[in-house]
Amino acid sequence: MASTNNTKPDSNKPQTKKPAVQTTGHAWDGDIQEFNNPLPNWWVWGFYASIVFAIVYWILFPAWPIGNDYTKGVMNDIEYTTADGKQVKTHWNTRALFEKNMREAEIKQQKYLDQLASASIEDIANDEVKSNFAYSMAKVLYADNCAACHQPGGAGVVGAYPNLADDAWLWGGSFEQIKTSIAAGRNGIMPAFSAKLNATQIDDVAEYVLSLSKHKTDVAKTARGKEIFNSTSGGCYFCHTKAGSGMESMGAANLTDSVWTLADVPAADNLQAKKEAVKAIIKKGVNRKMPPWDERLTETQIKILAFYVHQLGGGK
Amino acid sequence: MSETPTPHPEQQRTAIYPRSVKGFYRRIKTAIVILAYGVYFLLPWLRWERESGPSQAVIFDITARRFDIFDFTLFAQDIFWLALLFAFAALLLFFVTGIAGRVFCGYFCFQTLWTDVFMYIEHRVQGERPARIKLAESKWNAQKIFKIGLTHFLWLLVAFLTGIAFTLYWGNAPDLIVEILTFQAPFAAGITILFLTLTTYVMAGIAREQVCTYMCPYARFQSAMFDSDTIVVAYDSIRGEGKKGRHKPSKELIKRDKREQQGYGDCVDCGYCVQVCPTGIDIRNGLQYQCTTCALCIDACSKIMTSVGYPKGLIRYSSENEMQGKRTRILKPKTIIYGLVLVAVAVIFFWGLIARSVVDVSVRQVRQPLFVVLSNGDIQNRYAIKINNKTDRQMWLTVSLRGLEGAILDLGRFDKIHVSAASSSTFYVKIKMPPRKILKENKSFEFVLTNINEKSSNWTHTDNFFTPKKLFKQSVLNK
Repeated sequence: MASTNNTKPDSNKPQTKKPAVQTTGHAWDGDIQEFNNPLPNWWVWGFYASIVFAIVYWILFPAWPIGNDYTKGVMNDIEYTTADGKQVKTHWNTRALFEKNMREAEIKQQKYLDQLASASIEDIANDEVKSNFAYSMAKVLYADNCAACHQPGGAGVVGAYPNLADDAWLWGGSFEQIKTSIAAGRNGIMPAFSAKLNATQIDDVAEYVLSLSKHKTDVAKTARGKEIFNSTSGGCYFCHTKAGSGMESMGAANLTDSVWTLADVPAADNLQAKKEAVKAIIKKGVNRKMPPWDERLTETQIKILAFYVHQLGGGK
Repeated sequence: MSETPTPHPEQQRTAIYPRSVKGFYRRIKTAIVILAYGVYFLLPWLRWERESGPSQAVIFDITARRFDIFDFTLFAQDIFWLALLFAFAALLLFFVTGIAGRVFCGYFCFQTLWTDVFMYIEHRVQGERPARIKLAESKWNAQKIFKIGLTHFLWLLVAFLTGIAFTLYWGNAPDLIVEILTFQAPFAAGITILFLTLTTYVMAGIAREQVCTYMCPYARFQSAMFDSDTIVVAYDSIRGEGKKGRHKPSKELIKRDKREQQGYGDCVDCGYCVQVCPTGIDIRNGLQYQCTTCALCIDACSKIMTSVGYPKGLIRYSSENEMQGKRTRILKPKTIIYGLVLVAVAVIFFWGLIARSVVDVSVRQVRQPLFVVLSNGDIQNRYAIKINNKTDRQMWLTVSLRGLEGAILDLGRFDKIHVSAASSSTFYVKIKMPPRKILKENKSFEFVLTNINEKSSNWTHTDNFFTPKKLFKQSVLNK
């Protein structure tokens, strides 16, 4: 017998009779037999079912490669119309399914986009449904196109990219002005004054500039700086105006408010440091460029981006 | 090298042909089947008046992410109530099982209900137990093909209707039924109907008692809740077996006193209790895990006892203690603890469900950027107010501030917040603070939102107004 006896000899329980173990019927060396432990029926039938499933699958879906081609399956049922009006009917494949789903989503979105296309930014902002849709869509556009420079929340980078969340606008903060800034881009230029003015003059002008935003400055220096600022010797007033309140058509900053986009005056601890920050700008000038986006974005996209930027914090 | 047929590794099912029986428990069971089927099949057709207009009384609308159960509307975020409901149901099951055994199995489980209906169909088509056994053993002929075929067809029909009825809970029944019948129904509906048709057919028609014996976890772990006081279907073996055991009612042994004199018990060994058992066990062997306490053997035995003129109750609802002549205790520590926990969960569940808020308000400070300096030197913080309106009414809210003196609240273009019925909206508000008014770097304050139509319903939310350290110091110096 090949079966082993596991029952302890000293057990006083009655021995339960085990059914004889099934063997394959072969015997080697007289007594070596091979056990036959057949797979459970549910397993065997499950295996057959999966074979049948595979064959059905080959018939229905793309399956076998043949040279550079493959069997397409009999399901020839993906139909959709592309954006340029072409009718597509193809065998089952995930790429076509993706294209079809994307197309369906575009069509769903189109209904809202059409509404936005015909509405003014003012209408969008005043309408609850339109502004909600525009907000969600513009948020993605902003993240893709604008956030790299202006930062995800619009805070910008002092000295490089203007803050869009405050209420100071170099080029104007109305819907139309923001839209123009995005569509056509902007080129902010301030000439360098290091050649035109000497060190003392630059110091005096910086003193005057700080006095405009109510910093406590030296009276004599401020008076000299004001003279340079408002005369042809400096010529600052051409762009910044005699009041120092800037000029939106030139993108010239308002020097009288609390917002600083280039010289990080609020971060400086004392007046001297603040003045150095201002002097650096006067010496080197500014050359900033925002690229035009009308080549990359559609009219409607620019419109809703203007709405989004406007509501970031300080739109006018 | 013997070629003897070897036993199968798995146990083979022996076919069960339960005999029908009439009696008290059979009537209760039939009443429960009719009630359960009535509710299950008709409930999707009940209409209900709601604020948003008339609709289905019970509808689980997945695409709209809302479940409507009469006057309760549950949204996706309320789904944890389902977990509490399950906890409540499980505890109720434990509580009942501790006292009265497997009443759920025997009377209410859908496996029992549907198997009962399938057996009824089988009985009507193929006849009583002997006829069914004969039919099963006979050679295949036209009659056998017809009878077996008709049985399976009717089973599939009931299974299909079961699938359809289930599907109707998940959509507007009058529309959905038309879509199903014209093959326009969504794919998910088709798959659900197919799946439920197949599972109902297999479970109630083919697998039957094997579901309870091998598949159902509850059938196996319910023994943990049993004790000697648990009420089960039991055979009174002292009375039934006597001293010498059971005996057929032969001529000399028909009178009860004669049997007693000769030492035989009351069991006349007719085998009726075994024949009616849907799980194919002999209750006289004592409590067995296959027994679902369907109580049909009680009906069978009572009928026989009455016909031979013996008192009823040879097989009856009883407990182990009672059988041994002791008292059955209903109030035992286990029952009391289960009972207390059950009441606690029930109170939490129903009170919570009734008192749940139908409007969620949350306020979150915009953190990017955390603050902005405006051209006039004011500090501006922005906040996103999210309102989740779970009612069927649109609502308007006003916003005000509490505990932030000198602040200017800017709601933008809208002077009040509007939220449509059963939807959620996010609004951005700005708060501007002149530097000289700032008292702390991080000033805690409250948003107060008031429902315009119901002044009594308002929400407060505590948040912070942030001023950067440097600007705060400067504002202090400038004072």
